Amino acid sequence: MKIIKHIGLGIFIIGLLIFTSLIFVGKYELTENTFDSFVKSKGLKSELFINDIQNNVVGKEYSNPFALSSDITSALENANKTYKKEQKWDKVIWDSPHELSYNLMKPSAKGLVVENQGLFFFLTFGLGIIGALMFIIPDVVLLGPAGIKNDGIYHNKSTNRGWIGWITAVYLVTFYIILYFFADYIVNLIYLVNPISKALSGNGASQWFLYGFLYCTVMTVMAVRMFIKYRHNKYQIIRTASVLFFQIGFAFLIPEILVRFNMPYFDFKNAWPLDYDFFFDWNIKSLINSGTLGIFMLVWGTIFSIIIIPIFVYFYGKRWYCSWVCGCGGLAETLGDPYRQLSDKSVKSWKIERYLIHAVLVFAIIMTAVTLYTFFSGVDSFFGIKTYEIQKVYGFLIGSIFAGVIGTGFYPVMGNRVWCRFGCPLAAYMGIVQRFKSRFRITTNGGQCISCGNCSTYCEQGIDVRSYAQKGQNIVRASCVGCGVCSAVCPRGVLKLENGPEEGRIQENPTLLGNDIDLMKMLKDK
Amino acid sequence: MEHVVIIGNGISGVTTARHVRKMSDKKITIISDETDYFFSRTALMYVYMGHMPFENTQPYENWFWKKNRIDLVKNRVEKIDSTNKKLLLKDGSEMSYDKLVLATGSSPNKFGWKGQELDGVSGMYSKQDLDTIEKYTKNIQRAVIVGGGLIGIELAEMLLSRNIPVTFLVREMNFWGNVLPKEESQIIANHIREHHVDLRLNTELKEIVSDENGRVKAIITTKNETIDCQFVGLTAGVSPNIGFIQDSEIECNRGILINRHLETNIPDVYAIGDCAEQENAIGRRRPIEQVWYTGRMMGETVAQTICGNRTEYKPGHWFNSAKFFDIEYQTYGWVTSRIQEDELDYYWEAPCGKKAIHVVFDKNNREFVGINTFGIRLRHEMFDRWLNEKRSVEHVLEYLKDANFDPEFYKQHEEEIIEGFNKKFGTNIQTKRKSWKRIFTTF
Repeated sequence: MKIIKHIGLGIFIIGLLIFTSLIFVGKYELTENTFDSFVKSKGLKSELFINDIQNNVVGKEYSNPFALSSDITSALENANKTYKKEQKWDKVIWDSPHELSYNLMKPSAKGLVVENQGLFFFLTFGLGIIGALMFIIPDVVLLGPAGIKNDGIYHNKSTNRGWIGWITAVYLVTFYIILYFFADYIVNLIYLVNPISKALSGNGASQWFLYGFLYCTVMTVMAVRMFIKYRHNKYQIIRTASVLFFQIGFAFLIPEILVRFNMPYFDFKNAWPLDYDFFFDWNIKSLINSGTLGIFMLVWGTIFSIIIIPIFVYFYGKRWYCSWVCGCGGLAETLGDPYRQLSDKSVKSWKIERYLIHAVLVFAIIMTAVTLYTFFSGVDSFFGIKTYEIQKVYGFLIGSIFAGVIGTGFYPVMGNRVWCRFGCPLAAYMGIVQRFKSRFRITTNGGQCISCGNCSTYCEQGIDVRSYAQKGQNIVRASCVGCGVCSAVCPRGVLKLENGPEEGRIQENPTLLGNDIDLMKMLKDK
Repeated sequence: MEHVVIIGNGISGVTTARHVRKMSDKKITIISDETDYFFSRTALMYVYMGHMPFENTQPYENWFWKKNRIDLVKNRVEKIDSTNKKLLLKDGSEMSYDKLVLATGSSPNKFGWKGQELDGVSGMYSKQDLDTIEKYTKNIQRAVIVGGGLIGIELAEMLLSRNIPVTFLVREMNFWGNVLPKEESQIIANHIREHHVDLRLNTELKEIVSDENGRVKAIITTKNETIDCQFVGLTAGVSPNIGFIQDSEIECNRGILINRHLETNIPDVYAIGDCAEQENAIGRRRPIEQVWYTGRMMGETVAQTICGNRTEYKPGHWFNSAKFFDIEYQTYGWVTSRIQEDELDYYWEAPCGKKAIHVVFDKNNREFVGINTFGIRLRHEMFDRWLNEKRSVEHVLEYLKDANFDPEFYKQHEEEIIEGFNKKFGTNIQTKRKSWKRIFTTF
């Protein structure tokens, strides 16, 4: 069994190495045809750029994506610089350089990967999946009888913030930066999933399709790990199955299929303000222009965010979304589960968390308000805030850097809920409801706590669960996503996630059970 | 300002300090030479197993003590001069006190076995023990554990987490047989074997054999069997730490003798937790209770007395809990290893053999006496209330669903449990649906 595990790890690493190295193989050639039709479809008027590309790039064969990308982006920047100086604004190309370069490079790629998409899909995704499963499945036997198996987590260099963890973090951060900002470098990787995208939506793959497919794959494989690790715990099994279902069905398949039928790409379970561009004018317009279904989507998205979400939080706590439905939560609970213990539990980090997450919420609300003001009034700024600028800043800082690069990239060093804990505006919004108006709480069991600290250690949200449990106090915290792991790892059966009556949910003066009744009463009354 | 000095920074001492601080402005000092800060002793096993780093066993952040003006002194008390209310510390310095709380804890029993001081022999109680175990269990082929209680099984779990084969010697015929009824012992014994521990019941240690470097190389059992091993864990119970107290005026027996107010024979000197021995046992409790919860409760009580509200130690209904590998155990009220003569009992076990409950009640008036539960979590509050209200066993079973504390979606067994009870005793108990109203009223 151990041998299978090791071979699996080897195969996985080979798959990952091939995946990574594909960036550097293959050839790129921008043909006259491709470029002409691109210029036409875009309606480009930048003669400087067009001439530059035609003279220096078209017809030339490049052996790596970086040189071609650099030629295209510098041509673009040079042309723009001149036009801006001459104030010929209509000739300036406003597209981001790497996005434009991506659009030119995708059809220019040729060679090994493009010609053998199936083979390389197997050598990357295939080997990755097979290797990972070979690494994971032997645990059914190796972990022994079902139960909490956290042995060696703090001895392992990948899960105790050791060097493997840091390498993983650097890899993930790099991957996210390239994915978000330099998609033109990974055209080859996008071709790996091209056939799947075509089969689903009828269109070729984009970097977002690659990301979505990779996301679902990683979640599925790591969900298998969860099913094995928590096979004694029905709450964990059902919850994991649920996030997996919503990710694959709602976030991935349904939107792709909608596109196939010429309907807007729409994720029915996504909610504002996490879905920060839901009220952006391009989205509203596209939905309004998509007939009855589009209108329904617009109405559904609004009702879902503003009415359904808080009502459900009232009944079940925000866990129903964060650890049962949400895609970000889904990745955190599967890929991120091995890192949950790395979240900081200090009071100081709790303070930072409250400032940060509520600041993001305020930011999201202001941005949306400005956006809607512009949408209805037609004025492109509000009290001096340029609508387009604030959207761009939010999208870059929060949407990309915080949620993606930091949120997932830092799993192996800061725990798996960095984004959910410090940044997600939807979590902040639901947290306020959960704290003040909800039936959800984690009940502590009388006087049974032994202050061991397992609950706090394995709280991915960095809640010092023990500090409540050892006082006999219900845990009512805005940030709790109800993953249920504190309850699972408790060796004394102290914690239970419950939806009960609001009365007495928040205890001002808790006492521990077990002592003289009169004394307990006295302590309570104090 | 009155100076309260507490010897020992375990749960008993620290609870005392916290409660004294809550109620007063007294100067508080805690002396310990074990660690800089309070940690959860019961969590040491998780450090060895890699579930937690040591810092995570500390329930309070390091700034807590200064903020609450609780002085921590890392030192060892060598002598108590109760006439002059002075302590002599290891480094030669003196400290005077107005009120002294002895919360010195206990140490693993060593019954004079030959070789018990060898390298590679250790108990499992203190941070120092943990360091010793860490040091002597690297790359070893086998470990032997002597003594079948809670610490023994925890040590077995620890060693197995590092893939060290374990032989487990237990004196009794049944595992933890002085506490658990036979059925429960059997469940745990089966589970221990399921984890591939070489469990030897009814077997004792005769001697520990040394190699040429003074390190363990084998043990010999009372059945004259030699077992090669490189580590021996001694977990045959613990005894109060009273070494330095015995030559003071404070009266000791096995532990420091105290009355129901937790006072020793010397005024202004109290003893609590593992090291204390009740002159007369309270109810069915043992005179020395080496349990986390009782230490905590004594701390809560003695803090009242120190702050001018002389309070008798009146622990509520007995409860306890533990985890045996993957099987959780809780108990409320009294279920003794041998059911008393005026009691009846009902035992139910799930087909998987990992879940069970054992209910005991009075033969004559059918009052509920206690429950053991394995693999099913129960709500402490409900049992505390039922015991206070002296409910009948029928009442407890009828409302058993109110007391279920398992995570959501877990399989519930109340129907089967009660069906079995009805069959055995010819009763006709119907289970009531869980009611939030009942659960949350009164308390």
